Amino acid sequence: MAIDAATIESLIRQAFPKAKISVQGDDGQHFAAEVVDESFRGQNRVQQQRAVYSALKGKMDGAHGELHALALTTRAPD
Amino acid sequence: MTATDQIRDTVAKNDVVLFMKGTKMMPQCGFSSRVAGVLNYMGVEFADVNVLADPEIRQGIKDFSDWPTIPQLYVKGEFVGGCDIVTEMTLSGELDALFESKGVTFDKDAANKIREANG
Repeated sequence: MAIDAATIESLIRQAFPKAKISVQGDDGQHFAAEVVDESFRGQNRVQQQRAVYSALKGKMDGAHGELHALALTTRAPD
Repeated sequence: MTATDQIRDTVAKNDVVLFMKGTKMMPQCGFSSRVAGVLNYMGVEFADVNVLADPEIRQGIKDFSDWPTIPQLYVKGEFVGGCDIVTEMTLSGELDALFESKGVTFDKDAANKIREANG
């Protein structure tokens, strides 16, 4: 099932209701997502991104690993 | 030896390990190629593990690190990150600092060149 930027954003939104989320990608394959959320404060990048990946787990890691094509950046608000 | 034992053994025995698609000389995925390219360019000695050659390792490494994507970089037994994190750390200089703190030799000038090129 092809996935689109809006679906990714809503999946992340469910796990991070107050976050600032922006997802780009219109080729149905490669996406870039930035997630800015207070919960990331004090966490290192691996912890931050693990949290986002677990919000997407099972929904995006299809046979050809759509998750693989997600360029992810995360940070706490300045 | 199970996949997990093999992974634990490889990560313990090598200062720097990159689980990747393909090999350091013949990467077979853009993300893996970028990380292997950075390590090669910075003259870092590392063990490359081609997850495409062994489906058990390919899945095992994701469970081992609780990280769903490949490539995965390990330094002195610790999971550092995937392509995005290693790229960010290279550009910010955090990768240099990590290597210095762990006693991993690398070419500082090469690291600076990467930053200049991506200025």
